[in-house]
Amino acid sequence: MSGYVVTILITIAIYAILAHSLNIITGHAGQISLGHAAFFGIGAYTAALFYTKAGLSFWIDVPLAALVAGVVGAVLGIPCLRVRDDFLAITTMGIGFVVEAVFLYIPFFGGAMGIGGIDLPMWAGREMTKSEYLILILVVLGTLYALDYILGRSWIGLAWSSIREDEQAASALGVDIVRFKVMAFILGSALAGLAGAFYAHFLTFIMPYNFGFGQSIMILCMVVFGGIGTRWGPIVGALLLGLLPEISRPIMEYRTLLYGLLLVAMMRFQPSGLLGADSFLVVYFTKGLNRIRGGEVKA
Amino acid sequence: MIWQQLANGISVGSVYALISLGLTMVYGILRILHVAHAGIYTLGAYVGLLSFRLVDNFWLSLFAGMVGAAVAGYLVERFLYTPILHLSRIAPLIASIGLFTAMEEAFRIVAGPHTLVYNARVGLGDLAIGSFRLTETQVLILLVSFLILLFLWLFLTRSRMGLAMRACALDLETASSFGVNVSAIIAMNFIIGSLMAGAAGVLIGVYDNQVWPTMGSIPAYKALAIVVLGGLGSIPGTVLASIIVGLSETFFIGVLSIPFPRDAVAFIAMILVLMFRPYGLLGKA
Repeated sequence: MSGYVVTILITIAIYAILAHSLNIITGHAGQISLGHAAFFGIGAYTAALFYTKAGLSFWIDVPLAALVAGVVGAVLGIPCLRVRDDFLAITTMGIGFVVEAVFLYIPFFGGAMGIGGIDLPMWAGREMTKSEYLILILVVLGTLYALDYILGRSWIGLAWSSIREDEQAASALGVDIVRFKVMAFILGSALAGLAGAFYAHFLTFIMPYNFGFGQSIMILCMVVFGGIGTRWGPIVGALLLGLLPEISRPIMEYRTLLYGLLLVAMMRFQPSGLLGADSFLVVYFTKGLNRIRGGEVKA
Repeated sequence: MIWQQLANGISVGSVYALISLGLTMVYGILRILHVAHAGIYTLGAYVGLLSFRLVDNFWLSLFAGMVGAAVAGYLVERFLYTPILHLSRIAPLIASIGLFTAMEEAFRIVAGPHTLVYNARVGLGDLAIGSFRLTETQVLILLVSFLILLFLWLFLTRSRMGLAMRACALDLETASSFGVNVSAIIAMNFIIGSLMAGAAGVLIGVYDNQVWPTMGSIPAYKALAIVVLGGLGSIPGTVLASIIVGLSETFFIGVLSIPFPRDAVAFIAMILVLMFRPYGLLGKA
């Protein structure tokens, strides 16, 4: 594979982890987060600082990044999740702005210039090639998906679906709503931090602007496009939205316009996303499958 | 000095109130966070500027900006929000964010990325009492927002439609069962909110003497913080919170000169208030 293709695939794989982490909060537990890029950024900055200033290796700073992002998620998420659900969207958005401002205005974080000199990980006595790095990220993504599958079948997954579908009913049945919401928020934040660490080591330098509100919207766009709450939706979303600007360079100019219109159109006509329950793809596919099997076709 | 800062803070706060009121009214009835409201504010500024260049009269351009915004607000309600209201609450919010992003890009593509000068002669003149001075545009902002708020208050408390609107905010279904034409009230709600946003766009355009594609970005988030600070859906709370944010911004930056981004003040105030009053300043549980 050429270096160009590998670079795009790494970006897409990192976005897939990121979209998956938001899907835990928004899809599984039904909570709206508009500041997810903040946790992505916290992970990236943690990894970058531990690597460049403390001299820790990649293999230690990546788990630390996930840990720090998770802890910050807990500290910020607990007061936010106690308030009414509409407040969460706005407070998470506020968190996004405050975190970006902290990176930008506090000299420790490198200000507008960001942090540079973050290398690809060392492995077997030499620096990893990009292809090996891609394989590493894909292995992590695969592991996360396996864990997600197990989690989805456990009582935690069950509690999340109950909260998503009907919070009051879940509460009446004895589900500790705040606890499970916080759990989803911490897990989602930690995984976003993990994605951030991989991102920092891949880009080799990071700036506050990589983690602003626009980035939060793009992550949300990926989840929505693939299908909120579906297992493969985030990967499909990351793949399509990651490839789109590469396939056609002229689109690049109008990319933001396109993302915006896409969100509107998806909500208006395909609110459950490409892989959601009543999406046209799923409906046609099921019909076709039934026809092949000779079964009855639902009207 | 302190009076000067007070006047600056209140002028800024009244523009925030004009933007945020539409947001809180929409939330009061439909329970959706109308992020695209800030796009309508920007549209108002552009329509105002365009008509100012055509007719060269500030008051006509203010009127045109308000009407343009109102039409856009009505279209957004009818063709975007109403069809997806039955979906989960996240759907209108995401659609709204998408629409806002697309609108900003559309302004950039159509009108260009540069700032355009909105150099309107209003004909009011500066106001000076002793050492205390209000610039012409500050007088304009205070005058126009006071008049609009007065009209809104009279409308909501003295007219039949205002009564119906308040009934809808309390309980949409009950209001409907008492014969209130709910869809007309919702449309009216968007039209009034957008009229105010359009006026705010024109006022800021003249105050800063420029109109630019992303002028709605900061108000989009700040207005949300203000609305939450005041208590989502509470009209007096929104006005109070707007003035508080306007004042604290000018005092923090102008008097204490803390090197912190001015636009983070609203969010910090919001998070502090939410810790002690989870439903905002004047919100109800």
